[in-house]
Formats: sequence, C-alpha cells, structure tokens
Amino acid sequence: MATVMQEFTKGLWKELPPFRLVLGLCPTLAVTTNAENGLGMGLAVIFVLALSNVLISLVRNIIPKKVRIVCFIAIAASLVVAVEMLMQAYAYGLYQQLGIFVPLIVVNCIILGRAEAFAGKNPPLASLADGLGMGLGFTFSLTFLGGIREILGVGEIFGVGLFGPSFHPFTFMVQAPGAFVCLGLILAGMNYLSVWQAKRAGVQLDPHFDAGCSGCGACKMMDQIAAQKKLERMNPAQG
Amino acid sequence: MEIFLLFISAIFVNNILLAQYLGNCPYLGCSKEKGVAIGMGAAVIFVTVLATVFTYLFQQYVMVPFQLEYLQTIFFILIIAALVQFVEMFLKKMVPPLYKSLGIFLPLITTNCAVLGVAILVHRLEFDLWTSFLYSIAASAGFLLAIVLMAGIRERLALCRIPRSMQGIPNGLIMAGIMSLSFLAFKGMI
Repeated sequence: MATVMQEFTKGLWKELPPFRLVLGLCPTLAVTTNAENGLGMGLAVIFVLALSNVLISLVRNIIPKKVRIVCFIAIAASLVVAVEMLMQAYAYGLYQQLGIFVPLIVVNCIILGRAEAFAGKNPPLASLADGLGMGLGFTFSLTFLGGIREILGVGEIFGVGLFGPSFHPFTFMVQAPGAFVCLGLILAGMNYLSVWQAKRAGVQLDPHFDAGCSGCGACKMMDQIAAQKKLERMNPAQG
Repeated sequence: MEIFLLFISAIFVNNILLAQYLGNCPYLGCSKEKGVAIGMGAAVIFVTVLATVFTYLFQQYVMVPFQLEYLQTIFFILIIAALVQFVEMFLKKMVPPLYKSLGIFLPLITTNCAVLGVAILVHRLEFDLWTSFLYSIAASAGFLLAIVLMAGIRERLALCRIPRSMQGIPNGLIMAGIMSLSFLAFKGMI
C-alpha cells in the first residue's frame, strides 16, 4: 500500500509532469490563457491518463514489444474519443474553447511517456496511482500557469475581477509569447529550487544537469544522431 | 493572390509553432544543431503533406459515407502511424539516399502533434482538398523555418555563459517567446 501511495504522490511534486519532467508542453502552452481552461484540460488528461495506464498495464504482457507503441496509441485514441464525446455532451463551451487540443491529447507525450516509463512495466493498481498522481500534478500545473496568465493578462481569476477599473491589463501574457516566457521562467525557478535543495543537502548535482523530457527519449535520440553526423563529417572516407 | 495570402498567413502570421503551439517537443529537443533541425523539418514537411492528403481522402470517401466522423481522432492517428511505417519501408527500399537523410527522423514523427494537428485543422477550417494540400505545405514550412532559426540561435548560445538554472529548456522557451513576439508583428501584414 505504501508503494502505491508513493507512486501517487510523486506526480504531485517530485516528478511534476510539465514543470519537472517537461512532458506535454503543447497543451500546457496552448490552453492556459485562463485558469478555467487549464483546469478543464487537466481533468480531461486525468481521465485519459488514469484509464490508459490501467488498460496498458493490464495488457502489458500480451502485446509484442515491436508493436507496443501503436497499441498504446490505439488505447489512448479510444479514450480520447470517449472524452471528446463526454465533453460535447456535458461541457460544450469548454470543448470549443480547447479546440483541437482535445483530440491532440492522443499525441501528448505525457500519455505515451507514462505508458513507456511506468504502465508498461508495473501492475494495474500502481499504474492507476501513477496515472492519477501525474494527472493531478498536470492539472495543478496547468491551473497555476493559467491563473498567472489570467491575473496578469486580464486582471481576473476564474472570471472574477481582482483589481478594479484602474488596472491596465498586461495583454502580452495571454498571447503566445507570454505563454513561452511564463513557462520558461517557471521551469527556471523549479531548476533553481532543485539546485538550491541539492546544495543544502550537500549532494553534488550532475554538471550536465538538464531538465530533460525523460519520458519520450526523443532528445536523447537526437543527440546520438548529431554525434553520428559529426563523426561522419570527420571521417568522410567511411561514409 | 489567395494562395499567396494563405502561405504568408500560415508561415508567418499563424506560425504553427510560435502562434499555435503545435510540435513543441521536437522544437525544443531537436534544435541543437542546424543540420539535425533541417532534417527534422524536411521530414515533417514530407509526412505532414502526405498525411493531410490521405486523411482528407479517407474522411471524404470512407468516414462521411459510413457516418463515422466521430471516430476521426482514432482513425487519423492510426492512418498517420501506418503511413509513417509505409513511408519508412518505401524509402528504405526505393530511395536509399533520401532514407539516409530523413529515415532516422520518421519514427519520431508519429507522435509529433503538428502532423495530427494540421490534419484535424484543415477539417475545422473547412478547406477543400487543394487548399488543404497547400495549407499543409505552408504550415510545415513554417515549422521548418522556426526550428532552423532556433537551431541557429542555439549554436551561438552554446558559446555563452548562461545561469545554470536557465540552461536547456527554460532558456529555449524564453527564446521561443521572443521569436514568437517578433512573429506577432507580422499580424499587421494581413
């Protein structure tokens, strides 16, 4: 039971998906123009992530290794279709606000990242806990980022005015550049915090420390490709 | 003239990466070197155009007659995954030089949200086949532009001293924000 609890709580701070693992950046940037959209997107992701983790963990020993990614995508896509229909029925306004980012939950690296890194190797109960924890962490992060952008950009939070008529909104924050800069600063803050914590605990951090998207592995692959190309350029005779 | 406007709007004004936030993972992950960035961008153009045309035809001639539009997401992603596999096999067998330069990027593209995003967007915008085809070229060319610019900046930044907690992704995001701000200025063009 203790381990299941651990799997649940790690998503809430230690491995907070968008801020620490840097997973699922596209929706994080796109839908957080206000806190409510962030919350709605987060809830949709909790639903898909928890269920996909359980289903993948149930079939993990049946699917052959070679076709596992396609199977994961098929499972996630079915769940996303279910979410789309539920949202059309019960939260149509939100569905329209989130636009194409609802179907795009399928290719959100958070779903595939957790499937690869956790649900494909662990029993269903632990996977459920992992999915719920990660989903909740994602929701908190999106609501937080959405809240900041809404407060600064419109002067409201959840649609309630905060500052009165004298407030001049900082429109930059609700537009695209604001999203990038705001998320960049939050990530830098999180990095600063972990460097500070490590220093206080007297642990030496890895000098090549980088808040990497450890889940999807694409970056690692790209580094290998870059190294390979460099080698080819150095020894053109072999190529 | 309309085609010209479509291109300008998709590449500069509504840049798929900097204004519509699609395809951020490869944008931040594969932009350390210009060569890699160009390869990734070219592969994205190739797959996006193919995927948009295929999904458009599939929607028109299979999903609409059988009233399966509500399964759009699931069909589209499976078509894209299958398509990427076939393209990879085809290139490997038929056009080895192209495979050598693009092949390594193909498996990563299945989960690039720009590809699925464009395929879904052309339906939401209610384009016809020809316009969808042009839009997919323009949108993915915008992706190529953004990722190559970013790689160019990053190559220079590798020589600078940056505070430790800003290194890597935070710094990449802030640069993306500044680039996005300058692209925002193109809004006045249309």
